[in-house]
Amino acid sequence: MKLTLRVWRQKNADTKGKMVKYHLDDVDEDMSFLEMLDVLNEKLTLDDEDPVSFDHDCREGICGSCAMVINGVPHGPQKNTTTCQLHMRHFSDGDTIDVEPWRARAFPVIKDLVTDRSAFDQIIQSGGYVSVNTGSAPDAHATPVDKVSADDAFDAATCIGCGACVAACPNGSSMLFTAAKVTHLGLLPQGQPERATRAINMLAKQDELDFGGCTNVGACAEVCPKGIPLASISRLNHDVLGATLSGARAD
Amino acid sequence: MVLTQRNIVTRTWGSSVGKKSVMAVTGVIFLLFVITHMIGNLKIFFGQETFDAYSEHLRTLGAEIFGYGGVLWIIRVVLIASVLLHMAAAFSLWYRAKRARPVGYQHRSPQGSYAARTMRWGGVIILLFVIWHILDLTTGTVNPDPAGGAYEKLVASFDRPVVAIFYIVAMVALSFHISHGLWSAVQTLGGNSAVRQHSLKAFSVTVGVVIAVGFAIIPLSVMFGLVR
Ligand code: HEM
Ligand code: SF4
Ligand code: FES
Repeated sequence: MKLTLRVWRQKNADTKGKMVKYHLDDVDEDMSFLEMLDVLNEKLTLDDEDPVSFDHDCREGICGSCAMVINGVPHGPQKNTTTCQLHMRHFSDGDTIDVEPWRARAFPVIKDLVTDRSAFDQIIQSGGYVSVNTGSAPDAHATPVDKVSADDAFDAATCIGCGACVAACPNGSSMLFTAAKVTHLGLLPQGQPERATRAINMLAKQDELDFGGCTNVGACAEVCPKGIPLASISRLNHDVLGATLSGARAD
Repeated sequence: MVLTQRNIVTRTWGSSVGKKSVMAVTGVIFLLFVITHMIGNLKIFFGQETFDAYSEHLRTLGAEIFGYGGVLWIIRVVLIASVLLHMAAAFSLWYRAKRARPVGYQHRSPQGSYAARTMRWGGVIILLFVIWHILDLTTGTVNPDPAGGAYEKLVASFDRPVVAIFYIVAMVALSFHISHGLWSAVQTLGGNSAVRQHSLKAFSVTVGVVIAVGFAIIPLSVMFGLVR
């Protein structure tokens, strides 16, 4: 199939970028979106042009690297699908496709489609963990977990930290990401001791990093490749407000 | 660690979720008021006497303790304080959202419901409507019959088709605001779950529609001559 691509090109963090048009004449519909970009890059390299920089790693939908907004939708038109798992058969011959980087103050563009998403690491560092004593491993089933909590925690744990939720959110908020972490750890017995301070510190960190405030618009859940439900944000809110009322402190 | 504030007010106002919870609580106060107000308004269909008596009753309610119009003033003060808090939080989160995305998308394809995306401008429209509404039917400043009773002012106002249509449009805006606002408030206060999500949304939309119809039926009835 023939495609016209309009891709955001930006030399580095300090220069201004713009959309640049490219034509591809021979795109196979069984290619993934990233393979299509590989083809474009080979062409650019042969033409002595700078190839388009984009993040990718696993190419199997589990690492969360392949961040790009395709026709205004993070990871493109296919529900519950990362860019690397999106196939060109979801587009038609002759389509024009716009490709842009995540847009958020907290995710500055480094080059072309590559953004610095270390802000998510900072949110994790502020509370996305459980503290365990070192020493010999405890017995495997020493801490009982009911089936529903285990399942829900596991579902929340499927968040791959891709940042699509932030990219889609009209408020530029990372609530769905933070909520997924708070849900994952807060549902398990091992996560209880730090539950209140975790919620409040992770939220404070995301506020501090200039992510926006959530207004429950739901764009995040629509684009999340892992189907993290919008209602998980309610659990985060619950823990934050509980901790606010009780005056939980981490020091 | 981040959290060192001991004071519950600064702790609440200092976080985006805290501000949102203030919006949720004040929003629920508005909602309770709006429902009561709507039920009161519907007395218009029982005739001028009943309606004016209701207007008077609002002022004599609890007069033995709070004096004539006392309760009404207490309600007004609570509502004004709520409006100020609701707006302050809304504008603060609005500013935060603008800050969070300095460079927008070239290709825009908005996600999320229409009601959710129009909360801010919808809220501003509702506020402008409320100001006009008070000048019209409470103080009578912009009413053709400023000296009239509650019933007369209402009929005189809605005899102007432009005004009646403006009211109806504002009620549609209110309906959208509540359709999103109600479930959003429950979510903000921590009461939502994946299982409850759909029924809660459906309930909110129903409440929004019932309220819009309950209010809009009055200007419509005046326009079509059912209430004179
Ligand atoms: C200047 C006027 C107003 C503005 C700018 C405004 C704006 C907003 C915004 C931005 C939200 C948050 C949406 C969300 O987070 O989901 C909201 C929520 C809400 N608003 Fe308003 N609004 C205004 C007036 C009103 C009025 C007059 C009412 C009631 C009649 C009302 C009822 C509600 C309710 C019930 C909520 C839900 C609270 C929540 O989501 O936690 N608002 N408003
Ligand atoms: S919540 Fe979903 S969209 Fe957000 S980072 Fe996790 S996997 Fe990506
Ligand atoms: S490259 Fe790993 S999720 Fe797409």
